[in-house]
Amino acid sequence: MRALETVLTQKGYVDPAALDVLIETYQTKIGPRNGARVVARAWCDAEFRRRLLDDATAAIASLGFQGRQGEHMVAVENTAELHNMVVCTLCSCYPWPVLGLPPTWYKSAPYRARVVKDPRGVLKDFGVTLPEAVRIRVWDSTAEVRYLVLPQRPAATEHLTETELADLVTRDSMIGTGLARAP
Amino acid sequence: MNYQSHADLGGQEGHGAVRPEPEGELFHAAWEPRVLALTLAMGACGLWNIDISRAARETLADYRVLSYYQIWLAGLEKLLLRFGVVQPDEIKSGRSLHAAAGIPAMLRADQVAAALARGAPTARRATQPARFTLGQWVRTGPPAGAATPQHHTRLPGYARDKRGVIERVHGAHVFADSNAQGLGEQPQWLYTVAFTGDELWGPATPHPHSTISVDAWEPYLEPS
Repeated sequence: MRALETVLTQKGYVDPAALDVLIETYQTKIGPRNGARVVARAWCDAEFRRRLLDDATAAIASLGFQGRQGEHMVAVENTAELHNMVVCTLCSCYPWPVLGLPPTWYKSAPYRARVVKDPRGVLKDFGVTLPEAVRIRVWDSTAEVRYLVLPQRPAATEHLTETELADLVTRDSMIGTGLARAP
Repeated sequence: MNYQSHADLGGQEGHGAVRPEPEGELFHAAWEPRVLALTLAMGACGLWNIDISRAARETLADYRVLSYYQIWLAGLEKLLLRFGVVQPDEIKSGRSLHAAAGIPAMLRADQVAAALARGAPTARRATQPARFTLGQWVRTGPPAGAATPQHHTRLPGYARDKRGVIERVHGAHVFADSNAQGLGEQPQWLYTVAFTGDELWGPATPHPHSTISVDAWEPYLEPS
C-alpha cells in the first residue's frame, strides 16, 4: 500500500500533504456529530424541521454541512408508526457530510444482503425491537441521493438544551439501525 | 463482453449476522486511511468519474473475499492501469519506473476543503418532461428471462421486474449506466420507487408492514 502511494507521489499525481488533510478531515471534522447537530436542531426548531423534511440539502447546508457524498440529501422522519432504515445494497453510498465515513458493517455483506429482506432481524442484531404495528421503511440508496434518518426525540427531554440533545443522537439512530438514547 | 457485478448483495441469504461497531471506529489498519485518501485524491484528478470507479470495484473477481478498503485499493490499481498512468512493473516494484503521464489536475492540500465542500452534484437540467408522476404505478425492467445489462447499472437484482409506485421525483440526474461506460452523462429523470415486502420477497416472508425503495432512473421503468 505504501508502495502505491510512493509511485503516485513520485509521479506527481498526488500531493502527500493533501492525503494527510483528507484523512484528518474525516477523522476530526466530518463525522456523525455533524448529523447529530442537524437532528437536535430539528427537534428544537419546528421551522428548521419543516425545511429539513422539505429540502434537506439546503437545510443541512445552512448549518455548514455540504458537499462530497451529500450533494443531494433527503431527510426521512421516524414516528411512532414509521421507522426508516437506510442502506446501499450495491456498494457503500452514505451521507458523508453529516455522518462521516460509513462503519464497516454498513459496507459489509450481512447488512447489505439482509436489511432489505429482514429489517427486523437486522434491528435485532443491534438490540432494537420495535412493536409489530410499526411500519418499516427501507431506503436503498442506489443513485446519488443520500438519506438521513431523523430519529424520534426521546421522551422527557423537554428540559434539555440543543447541545445536550445532540449528545443523545447516535450515528446508528441516523441510519435507522438504532434509536436516540434516553437522557 | 460479459459484465458481472459481484456487489449486488440485496436479498442474498447466508451472510450471517450484522456486527455492530462503536461510533469512533473508522479504520482497522494503518493502511486503510491511506487507501481512502489515495482513492479520493486520484478521483479528484479528473481521469475517471465515480460510476467508472464503482464499475471497476464491483467487477473485481475477488470482490466477495476482500475487505472494503482492499476493494478500494484493488479498484484503484485497476483504474490506474486501465487509464495507462501507472504500469504493472511500477505497482510490483513500488517505484516510479516510467515518465509520468499527463493528468488533468492534481489535488493540492490547500484545495482539499473546498473540493470536499463542492462535491460533485449530479442534478442536471431536464431536457424533456418526466414520464412518470407521483403515485404512478411502474414496473422495473428488464422482465425476468430477458438479458441483463452488460455494463454497470444501479437497479439491484432483487428489485428487477417488480411492480412499485413512484414516491419521489428527484429531477434529472447523471445516468450512472452511461457515465460508467464513458458514454457521457446522458441525464435522465430519477425517481424513488417503493415496493411492498410482499412484492419483492413473496407473502411467505415474515416481515409484515415493510416497504422498500430504490432510486431508479427513468430508463429502468415502464408504466404498469
